[in-house]
Amino acid sequence: MTDQVVAPSNVNSNKPRAAFNVGHAGQAHPGPDAPKKMTAENVQVYYGDAQAIKGISLDIRENEVIAFIGPSGCGKSTFLRSLNRMNDTIDGCRVTGKILLDNQDIYDPSLDVVLLRAQIGMVFQKPNPFPKSIYENVAYGPKLHGLAKSRHDLDEIVENSLRKAGLWEEVRDRLQQPGTGLSGGQQQRLCIARAIAVSPDVILMDEPCSALDPIATARIEELINELSKQYTIAIVTHSMQQAARVSHRTAYFHLGELIEINDTEKVFTNPDHDLTEAYITGRFG
Amino acid sequence: MNTTPTNTSGASISSKAERLATIQASLLKRHRKETRFRLMGLFSVSLALVFVAVLFGSILSRGLPAFWQSVITVDVFFDPEILEIEEKPKIEPGEVPAVYQARLDAWTTDLSFADWNKLLEASVLNVSPSSEPYARELRRLFTSGERFRLRDMVLADPDIIGQRRELSMLADANVDVWLRGNVDRSLPDEQQQMGPELRALADKLKAEGIIELKFSTSLFSNPDSRSSLASAGLAGAIVGSLFMMLIVIFISVPVGVASAIYLEEFAPKNRMTDLVEVNINNLAAVPSIVFGLLGAAIFINWLSLPISAPLVGGLVLSLMTLPTVIITTRASLRAVPPSIRQAALGIGASKVQMVFHHVLPLALPGILTGAILGVAQALGETAPLLLVGMSAFVASIPATPLDQSSALPVQIYLWQANELRNFFEGRTAAAIVVLLGVMLMLNGFAIWLRKKLEIRW
Repeated sequence: MTDQVVAPSNVNSNKPRAAFNVGHAGQAHPGPDAPKKMTAENVQVYYGDAQAIKGISLDIRENEVIAFIGPSGCGKSTFLRSLNRMNDTIDGCRVTGKILLDNQDIYDPSLDVVLLRAQIGMVFQKPNPFPKSIYENVAYGPKLHGLAKSRHDLDEIVENSLRKAGLWEEVRDRLQQPGTGLSGGQQQRLCIARAIAVSPDVILMDEPCSALDPIATARIEELINELSKQYTIAIVTHSMQQAARVSHRTAYFHLGELIEINDTEKVFTNPDHDLTEAYITGRFG
Repeated sequence: MNTTPTNTSGASISSKAERLATIQASLLKRHRKETRFRLMGLFSVSLALVFVAVLFGSILSRGLPAFWQSVITVDVFFDPEILEIEEKPKIEPGEVPAVYQARLDAWTTDLSFADWNKLLEASVLNVSPSSEPYARELRRLFTSGERFRLRDMVLADPDIIGQRRELSMLADANVDVWLRGNVDRSLPDEQQQMGPELRALADKLKAEGIIELKFSTSLFSNPDSRSSLASAGLAGAIVGSLFMMLIVIFISVPVGVASAIYLEEFAPKNRMTDLVEVNINNLAAVPSIVFGLLGAAIFINWLSLPISAPLVGGLVLSLMTLPTVIITTRASLRAVPPSIRQAALGIGASKVQMVFHHVLPLALPGILTGAILGVAQALGETAPLLLVGMSAFVASIPATPLDQSSALPVQIYLWQANELRNFFEGRTAAAIVVLLGVMLMLNGFAIWLRKKLEIRW
């Protein structure tokens, strides 16, 4: 029964798939020689006794957009969250192996997790602005870390962040209104503005568009293209089209293992691995 | 499956009709069930409302009239001839203070022995000369405390002697009962609390408008009394309860909220914290009288804190309220969406910053509501107070939480057991009305606070 449904795509499997608009519209692809921003070496993550990530090693290059794809439960979100130690907050979660940010081990006991998270921002699946004003939402991070010397500095940081997030024009007149009053897409851009307000090096995005409509999704994707000029971005997504549209490289995860990591164009046109091909052609997932 | 196509279609039509009929039949049953359930719900809600109405009706119908009391309003002439009291001694030049104090004490004693009854009789006869035949009974119209009130007036201002003051004085409790008709007037003399002359006198003065029903402020300003029943009031109990409430607020709210925050946000999840959690939940179900025993053992026997003091009562009630505060606080902390915590952590807030900047403000309305309801529960608690000596009769208003005192629910308990039932039934109901009023105010405040804090965003 399953065979029949998938049959047509099997027939076409050797042809280039026009369904995916492959190619990063943003700026130049950081090639293999680009400096490495983050490095994961043999990372294993356990939830209690269950192993969620089974020895993943990969590099994240500076100023690239890297997409993590894979079926549900494959560990891509878990891996993403181990990159800024958000897994620390989950009871019974254990991470082994090495993750380096600028050649420094982020699981080094001497490293303060607050310092790490000031360098690696995160955007979550569901827009989660604080129930405070738009201004307060963006200003919270810089205030927390003492990044603004004066009220004027802070205003400037807020404006710049909102501009970078493409939200400034829409909210400039209502900065004091609650952030929770914005639309879903605006809220997500507010969360992005909040993340970039502390000038991180890396931004992790955990399915940032899964709760948004197609128009808001398109705006976020444009934004990701724009942001990749300044930031290194790792994005987890369930939408292969999205991975194809926004990322330079794509990593395919399967049951806690990294099956393939390659240039996005290659992954979506001529993947190395059968499992990857099966997934992107929709045979499972 | 094996039937011919025509058969299949025919069977499917008939089976469809059959299916619908079956559903139809079961629908009727389902609707009946729903109607039955709705009626049952309606019935139980109405029953509850009837009970509430009966409760409030009976309390208010007995309690509200008790706020008005028989009062005798007369001009009192502080007649120097009746009082036969010298002028208040003044300190003489060169006199040793101790000697002066001795003279002053002697004067005060003399004052206490002055014939205050005569003064009261004279004031009534002055406005009602026709009461002359009852002169001997007149003094028994007044509740005994009024004599001391007159004395205290002279003590406070000796110049009042020779002057005239219009005073409203409380009638004796029995007179009040008689005039209100709270006693069967047709009972024979030997079963009446008052003699026939006094009864006639009371009726006469009431008819003359000298005795009237007036709103009784003494109910709120006087402490309890057993010698002058009509002037027994709630002031001591109200102040005692107030002290205890303050102690509960200042102990159980901070301690409870802090423990809840620690347990919910910081404590590692292991067997130890599980054990603590189970124990807290169990403590909430411990009968309150057990907390009274605990308080008596620890605060009175071991720490030797004063017996009957609001401090001890407040501590016991704090112990009793703690589990409630912890449980409600944890529930409202848990209700804060995890996405807010992740957002704060993701931006680099430490755990403490996450809790105090984001989680706590969001949980605040729930925490405050829980705390206020906990305090209201403590306010109405009687059993543990009995065991730390707060059921004692205390005829003074406590000035500090270390003074002996009563409490509102305990006062209700004491008054309902008073022998002069006809009088204290009303007083008890009035005390219940006051307690309920305070409770309603606290609950109203909790609701207002929650609304106000929730509207913020």
